[in-house]
Amino acid sequence: MAQASQATAPRRWNQRTVAPWLFLAPGLFMFGVYVLWPIIQSVTLSFYDWNGLYNQDGQFTGRFVGMGNYAELMTDPAFETSLWNNLKWLVLYMLALPIGLFIAIFLNQTVTGIRLYKSLFFFPFVISQVVVGLIFAWFYAPNFGLFYLLTESITGKGTAILANPDLVTYGIIAAGLWPQIAYVMILYLTGLNNVAPDQIEAARLDGAKGWRMLWYVVLPQLRPATFIAVIVTVIGALRSFDLVSIMTNGGPFGSSRVLSYYMFEMALGEYGFRMGYGAAIAVVLFAIMMIFISGFIWKMWRDEKER
Amino acid sequence: MFPRPIQKSSPAAQWIYTIALPIALILWLFPLLGVALTSLRPASDLAQGNYFGMPSGIAWENYVYIFTKTPIGQYMINSLWVTIPTVIGAVSLSLMTGFALAVYGFRANILVFFMFVAGNFVPFQILMVPVRDMTLQLGMYDTWYGLALFHIAFQTGFCTLFMRNFIKALPYELIEAARVEGVTEWRIFWYIVLPLMRPAIAALSVLVFTFIWNDFFWATVLTQGVDSQPITAGLSSLNGQWIAQWHLVSAGSILAALPPVAMFFLMQKHFIAGLTLGAVK
Repeated sequence: MAQASQATAPRRWNQRTVAPWLFLAPGLFMFGVYVLWPIIQSVTLSFYDWNGLYNQDGQFTGRFVGMGNYAELMTDPAFETSLWNNLKWLVLYMLALPIGLFIAIFLNQTVTGIRLYKSLFFFPFVISQVVVGLIFAWFYAPNFGLFYLLTESITGKGTAILANPDLVTYGIIAAGLWPQIAYVMILYLTGLNNVAPDQIEAARLDGAKGWRMLWYVVLPQLRPATFIAVIVTVIGALRSFDLVSIMTNGGPFGSSRVLSYYMFEMALGEYGFRMGYGAAIAVVLFAIMMIFISGFIWKMWRDEKER
Repeated sequence: MFPRPIQKSSPAAQWIYTIALPIALILWLFPLLGVALTSLRPASDLAQGNYFGMPSGIAWENYVYIFTKTPIGQYMINSLWVTIPTVIGAVSLSLMTGFALAVYGFRANILVFFMFVAGNFVPFQILMVPVRDMTLQLGMYDTWYGLALFHIAFQTGFCTLFMRNFIKALPYELIEAARVEGVTEWRIFWYIVLPLMRPAIAALSVLVFTFIWNDFFWATVLTQGVDSQPITAGLSSLNGQWIAQWHLVSAGSILAALPPVAMFFLMQKHFIAGLTLGAVK
């Protein structure tokens, strides 16, 4: 009896050391092959000049150019435009937070049918960005689009926003904000559900009202929702590829390009297959994103410690 | 500015609120309603410049046209071929990774976990060239499984985060008790944890379904023909052919939007539970 338990004890322990890795193996393998390894490869590739082809023997035909691609980026006006546009996206996308919060507060009531209203307000987030892009392209269409008619009736001259190099990016950002606001709204609605009613009541007895109530009592309790909302909004802003591709293809005259779209154009688009140059653009985008990812991970790590 | 329950306000305020709700909704969904209406408008209306007036009739023929004269039906089937295997694959893989990261306190645990989370946020472009190249090399370019395999791998990141946190919230005593009884780790996973995961599985399935159905970037990068392109990429190429035929573009858009919308309405509770994970403590 004693012998038996001695024999099983180490085996149990072993089982518990090996088990997590067996459970992790398939997921880690897939993630390694399709996510981690490609990141390393892209970074390496950004130091090469490569057209995406292999020679007859199946060998890589790239040529090492060191920092060449990055040096070229510094003087590339299209890259500069893309970077500026990305900044516009980042800043203006943040409007999704106050607007989403406002709609959430507006809908945070218990009247008949409110659940249906909430779902319908959430609608834009559920549909594909391709469809959102087409919807807004129609909305902005010259001569008959509602936006065109609206500007015509106000200023006497219609604005074809997607054909205007100075305005086009704002037009696309507005389209992107539509689903993004819906997403932020749903985050805040969930957050508002969990706001402690006794604290609100107490604050009310103390005479807190309006903006002061929002700022000092409600918002602090919504902090987890705000945090997630900022993260998803930043990621959404930097991932803006679909709308640019659908609505303008980066035009007119490349004025609505963003890094994600410009990278695609360089590597797979009509400008030929400049894989190395494209990879360099992707690395820059990745570096920008890493700033935010690190912040997110740092916060998660702190929360884990607290538990 | 935390609203009091409207029931406590004056009757006038309540009345205004009831009126404001539908108006706000219509304004909010205006672009979508416009497109839905246009999709049912006869082509002749558009030709005469009647874009927003009363339609001269309901033109179901727009939908008949895109189904019979364009491969939109094929595109939708292609989408299902990519979406369903991805849902099954990503949910299964992440059930296991999530279990491993939630239950075992090995040293690299937090590192592996953060790697999954961080990977989930990287820009697609940093993966594009190598993933496309690898898919070509493996002979899987322009196939549903080439696309689905990538999606499974990438979605595993997000799903792991979700599953791990969900399992972590389960009572750990269940697992402890089973271990004392001498139940093997695999059986603990299969008979004790898995049956409790139903809500998480449901939530992730609808989310992943929507994400993948709506994916456009990878569809463009990894597929090109009618035989394998999903609806998003297909709609984009049809849009190139239908220059300014807005009744067709609209009908196509509405069709492409329908499956995720239906999914959302059927599984609303799960959908929102999945999306708002972490938004509340």
